[in-house]
Amino acid sequence: MNAAKALQRSWLPPVVAAVVLFGGWEALLAVIRPDGFVLPPPSKIGGAVVQNFDAIVTATGVTGFIIVTGLLAGVAVGAAFALLVTAFRAADETLTPLAVAINAVPIIALAPIFNAWFGILSPRSNQAVVVVLVFFPVFVNTARGLTQVEPSQIELMESYGAGKWRIMREVRIPNAMPFFFTALKLATSLAVIAAIVAEYFGGRQDALGNLITNSAGLTRYDDAWAAVLAGSLVGIGLYALAVLIERLVMPWYFVARRSA
Amino acid sequence: MSDAVPAADPQAMAVAVEGASKTFNPGRANEVKALEDIDLDIGQGDFVTLIGPSGCGKSTLLRLIAALIDTTEGSVLVNGKPADAARLDRDYSMVFQRAGLFDWRNVSRNIELPLELMGWKAADRRRRSAEMLDLVKLGEFARHHPAELSGGMQQRVAIARAMSFHPKLLLMDEPFGALDEMTREHMQNELLRIWSETRITVVFVTHSIPEAVFLSTKVVVMSPRPGRIAAVIENDLGERNEATRDDPAFFANVTAVRNALRGGH
Repeated sequence: MNAAKALQRSWLPPVVAAVVLFGGWEALLAVIRPDGFVLPPPSKIGGAVVQNFDAIVTATGVTGFIIVTGLLAGVAVGAAFALLVTAFRAADETLTPLAVAINAVPIIALAPIFNAWFGILSPRSNQAVVVVLVFFPVFVNTARGLTQVEPSQIELMESYGAGKWRIMREVRIPNAMPFFFTALKLATSLAVIAAIVAEYFGGRQDALGNLITNSAGLTRYDDAWAAVLAGSLVGIGLYALAVLIERLVMPWYFVARRSA
Repeated sequence: MSDAVPAADPQAMAVAVEGASKTFNPGRANEVKALEDIDLDIGQGDFVTLIGPSGCGKSTLLRLIAALIDTTEGSVLVNGKPADAARLDRDYSMVFQRAGLFDWRNVSRNIELPLELMGWKAADRRRRSAEMLDLVKLGEFARHHPAELSGGMQQRVAIARAMSFHPKLLLMDEPFGALDEMTREHMQNELLRIWSETRITVVFVTHSIPEAVFLSTKVVVMSPRPGRIAAVIENDLGERNEATRDDPAFFANVTAVRNALRGGH
């Protein structure tokens, strides 16, 4: 398959889906004409974006920074935990129950408490929510990929006299890559949700979360929807970036899947 | 440099197992006596098959020789050295039922894996990998990914990988067990060709009687619970080819092995 065709294949269906979705939305509202606070048509949301462009760009920058930094930190901690737990039995026995316990906490509910820790206007508390929420799926999936190795591949490496770290590098880590990227893609949307919901409870006043709550409070639903749209675009962009990195880092995986 | 075969006593037996037994989970409720009082000598250049029903410990015996597990009692020498020393000296190589190729390496780099672990230079690795691909007749597939090959071709790559550093001993654990009958017979012919070209010593685990008789110079028949050697059948069929499969001597030895397997119960 040539590159242009591949691009067409991967981009054309979502573009068609978007046109159908937004076109249908606009057409449906033109017919049933609900009150504006129920659901504004895409054209009005687009108008709100244009009107509040500067505020939305600023808010997207502020929240985007929280999302990206929190995502990176959460992914790093999750992957590091997975490596430790796989490499050392003692780490498995101590860190795994800790991770499970952290995951059992309703993390969004911690947002007001984090505000008390870091200060109500500090973005640190929002970042903390993102880190904690992203950490667990990355940890669990990566750890599974590191341990679910075909036993004979480990025996093969041992038969060549390879030690634990060499096996980690040559077998476990490559084996875990598809699991890691599945978690990373999941984590991009989790990070967006976590940051915006955390912002409902505090953090910088010029962020997306505040823009949404403030606009809704003033019954300016078009503006609230415009901010939601901006958050969605951040999520879509991060997801696409994760897919791109996945393709670049492990082209072999797509060969294997195509042939399977 | 790297072409040198690991130094070993040429007079030593390829494998010498003496009074070996293996008990898993000793002293616990799930204790299993897998092998008991095994004595087995395998000469240099022999092709020995281990055959027996499930649970007779034939794979366990192979792993004792490979030093992937320890003996509970007794000793295992490979080329005159303790098995674990032979493992670290890379005196042997293993092939498993599943080819176990790494999807993240192409065919050539899969074959180079043991050479990388041994610290070979890239150019030497590349050259040896090409030689090995010729040996298993997959020369044009060097850049392919494992998933693009059939099961039989994958297993040939696994054999090429195992042979890449010219080990003196090849340990094979039901390597053709997952292949269809036609591919399996073809692979048997290929393995015998490689064996006669390289004079490598082979220890081959199987539960197929015709496979054992067709391939080996010696058939070791094992019986289960606990695993013991029931009989050792010398199997001198001379030069083998497709006609061997229809040879009366072949059938006579198939019957001998079958009777020994029955006697083990």
